[in-house]
Amino acid sequence: MKSKKLALPYAIWMAVFTLVPLVLILINSFQDSNGNFTWDNMVKAWEYRDVFLYSLKIALISTLVCLLLAYPMSYMISRLSEKAQSIIIMLITVPMWMNFLLRLLGWVILLQDGGPIDTVLNFIGIDIQLKDNDFAVILGMVYEFLPFMIMPLHTVMSKIDKSLIEAAQDLGANPFRVFSKIMFPLSIPGIISGVTMVFVPSASTFLVAKYLGGNRQMIGDIIEATFNSNRNIGSALSLCLMVVILIFIILANRFGDEEAVGV
Amino acid sequence: MKKYRIPSKLYMLLIFLFLYAPIAVFIVLSFNENNSATNIEGFTFKWYAEVFRDRILMDSLKNSLIIASLAALISTILGTVASIGMYNFKGAPRKLFQTLSNIPIINPEIVTGFSLMLFFTFLGNFAGFEMGFLTVLLAHIGFCTPYVILSVTPKLRQMDDHLYDAARDLGCNEIKAFFKVVLFELLPGIISGFLISFTYSLDDFVISYFTCGPKFQTMPIVIYNSMRRPRYPKISALSTMLFVVIITILIIVNIRDIKASKKNKN
Amino acid sequence: MKKMICLALICLMAVGAALTLGGCQSFEGGEINVYNWGEFISDGSDGSMNVIAEFEEKYNIKVNYTTYETNEQLYTMLKESNSSYDVIFPSDYMVEKLIAENLVQEINFDNLSNYKNVDEAYKNKSFDPDNKYSVPYSWGVVALCYNKTMVNGEEIKGFSDLWNENLKGKILMIDNSRDAMAIAMTLTGGDPTNATKADIDKAYEKLVEQKPLLKKYVMDLVFNEMEGSQAAIAPYYAGDIYTMMGNNEDLDYCLPEEGSNYFIDSICIPASAKNKEGAEKFINFLLEAEVAKANAEYIGYSTPNSAAFELLDDEVKNNPLIYPPKEYLDKCYLFANLPQDVYDYMQTKFTDVKAQ
Repeated sequence: MKSKKLALPYAIWMAVFTLVPLVLILINSFQDSNGNFTWDNMVKAWEYRDVFLYSLKIALISTLVCLLLAYPMSYMISRLSEKAQSIIIMLITVPMWMNFLLRLLGWVILLQDGGPIDTVLNFIGIDIQLKDNDFAVILGMVYEFLPFMIMPLHTVMSKIDKSLIEAAQDLGANPFRVFSKIMFPLSIPGIISGVTMVFVPSASTFLVAKYLGGNRQMIGDIIEATFNSNRNIGSALSLCLMVVILIFIILANRFGDEEAVGV
Repeated sequence: MKKYRIPSKLYMLLIFLFLYAPIAVFIVLSFNENNSATNIEGFTFKWYAEVFRDRILMDSLKNSLIIASLAALISTILGTVASIGMYNFKGAPRKLFQTLSNIPIINPEIVTGFSLMLFFTFLGNFAGFEMGFLTVLLAHIGFCTPYVILSVTPKLRQMDDHLYDAARDLGCNEIKAFFKVVLFELLPGIISGFLISFTYSLDDFVISYFTCGPKFQTMPIVIYNSMRRPRYPKISALSTMLFVVIITILIIVNIRDIKASKKNKN
Repeated sequence: MKKMICLALICLMAVGAALTLGGCQSFEGGEINVYNWGEFISDGSDGSMNVIAEFEEKYNIKVNYTTYETNEQLYTMLKESNSSYDVIFPSDYMVEKLIAENLVQEINFDNLSNYKNVDEAYKNKSFDPDNKYSVPYSWGVVALCYNKTMVNGEEIKGFSDLWNENLKGKILMIDNSRDAMAIAMTLTGGDPTNATKADIDKAYEKLVEQKPLLKKYVMDLVFNEMEGSQAAIAPYYAGDIYTMMGNNEDLDYCLPEEGSNYFIDSICIPASAKNKEGAEKFINFLLEAEVAKANAEYIGYSTPNSAAFELLDDEVKNNPLIYPPKEYLDKCYLFANLPQDVYDYMQTKFTDVKAQ
């Protein structure tokens, strides 16, 4: 249990299954189609900077919305009996076991012109376009990744001692103080895991924008398309994406560590 | 706290409505007479019969279930052990390790899929095997394990280190102390890691596509490639059945548990 | 919770195991690996013929059937992986590319007794001039599908209507670099068959000009959009337009006046095939009149098999969308294999349009 050797099997695993793809991308990113060294792919990747920014923006908003929706949800779940908690967590996971494409299509139908939601909104006099815009893309992302925010938050919150909160309340702390001094600091490890699990895949995901978005593309779709046609540019794009996300993760972890120490 | 009960129930209900809305759509579609996603006319069970007649689809369902169960199980073990090992590192090495372990999640799937294909092909030419069940399983374990680590690590941070020491002092050997104390503490994280792995593995298309070889296909590959000429009602019928089976299992297990707990009380 | 997961896992494994046992059957004639487009063979649904099962029964050869989505994916698998396939279904320009790179092998036509069923018009095409490597399987043209109630009274004549300001926000564009570029080239005077970088640049400008008018780029979602009356006009493959028209009375088609792409999906045997004999038996089986008819009806595209054509319903046979008159086909062009750098350039430029 105290041994560092326990990390060894996975370290070997990572060396093979993480480093091999990594090295491959690195080599490909700086090669032209004849295998000579070049910077061209990176120059090309720079041309797609707007797509990067757009994807990061969508991913950030989605992560934030997920966090805002999931936090109260996880808290409420963690207040239930243990039996009820496990049932609800299962019920949150089950929709994710259905095929992704089919669930996306479900949203396409729900949101389309003359679809159920549009009809109801028209009835009460609201006429807006629900699909083929940023709103729909964010909705799709939140839908796809919300459970991955709820789960880590819940695992952490279920451990927080209820008597701690009650004690604070008895001592006259208002709800805001209870939250900011007890709940929030104690749930930080869960927030970090959740944010990572939502932000990272949503920045690189594909298909959601294709199905629900208008004619703006996300970087995941662009990488998908270029990787099939021009592997070198595709690799350069993924390398850039990886660097951006890595920076984000390191920042998130640093923030988390400092906060955790500060408590 | 009691006064918050009703709003909080309402909130949970809304979240569940959000999560299950698209499922309601495909349940409706599965009974559509017409092979279209937008034209609802007539009620039929024919797509359910078609699903069982479609050998390719049924085979792929079987493959997906086996792969997802095994991948989730193995990566949960691998990931839990790795998180504990990683936790024993301090400072910079730990951070490096944790960051590296996130890379399979950061990599766009197509990059991971493609490079694993090259890697397996290289190994295969060397050792004389073709891609298939095993390569898909290995690839899935590869992308699931980071999620397990992400779920277990917060629980480790939360755990009281002295618990383990206390167990040792009370005469447990290392293994017993681990299973009696540590595992129990980590269990919620391990379970959510397992569930997340199972979910991702069951639904992965891109990485499976590149590593599946000529004789083995998982369900998402069949579904994705069939979208060229959509067969929504049929695929909806399959998913509806899966959904019903899973919900039934959940209900049965819970009824048993509730009965058991009632007996205990008596 | 622990128990719950254990039980769920056991159930799932049991379902898997049960399905395995059900599928046990021994085959003496060996096995073949077939790699096809998704939904590109009659599979027994809706009372159609289950081509694979019939073949397995007749020849006692097991078929391992897997699918791909684009010609490029097929190419990647053949070139970069060690997966060995026995039968593949590349399109025209991909056949040419695979021949040039020695990734396919010559077929022994003496073993294809049913090859006589194939209409002469589809043999010896430019992509395989001596017809040594490929057997035509299915063909069609790219046409326009439009919704009569949504085009604001415009008369739809050709691809130029995809640039019609009057239809702004209701136009869909095909999300496939080769097809989209070809459509633009028919309007900018480029040569879609053997496009040059200059042609691509002009087509790029044209597509950029079109982008603000578009609702979105689509492939398979076109079915949803058009059947659900979400968009007014879209270019797509003729056989699929026919399917969409069956699901929405307001839809109609138009064979673009400028001429269009005419594609032939063919059957080939990869150079790495392990069971060539079995592959030829399978190809010969696909050429049987009844089998080819079943496939043509299931796929909805046009068949090059004249024996199968005779068996089709008159309504389909006489439908100018699926079997356009010869005068129209003379205006159409096949895609040729472009040099690698030009092809890369085309794909990158199309991605650039989308990324704007």
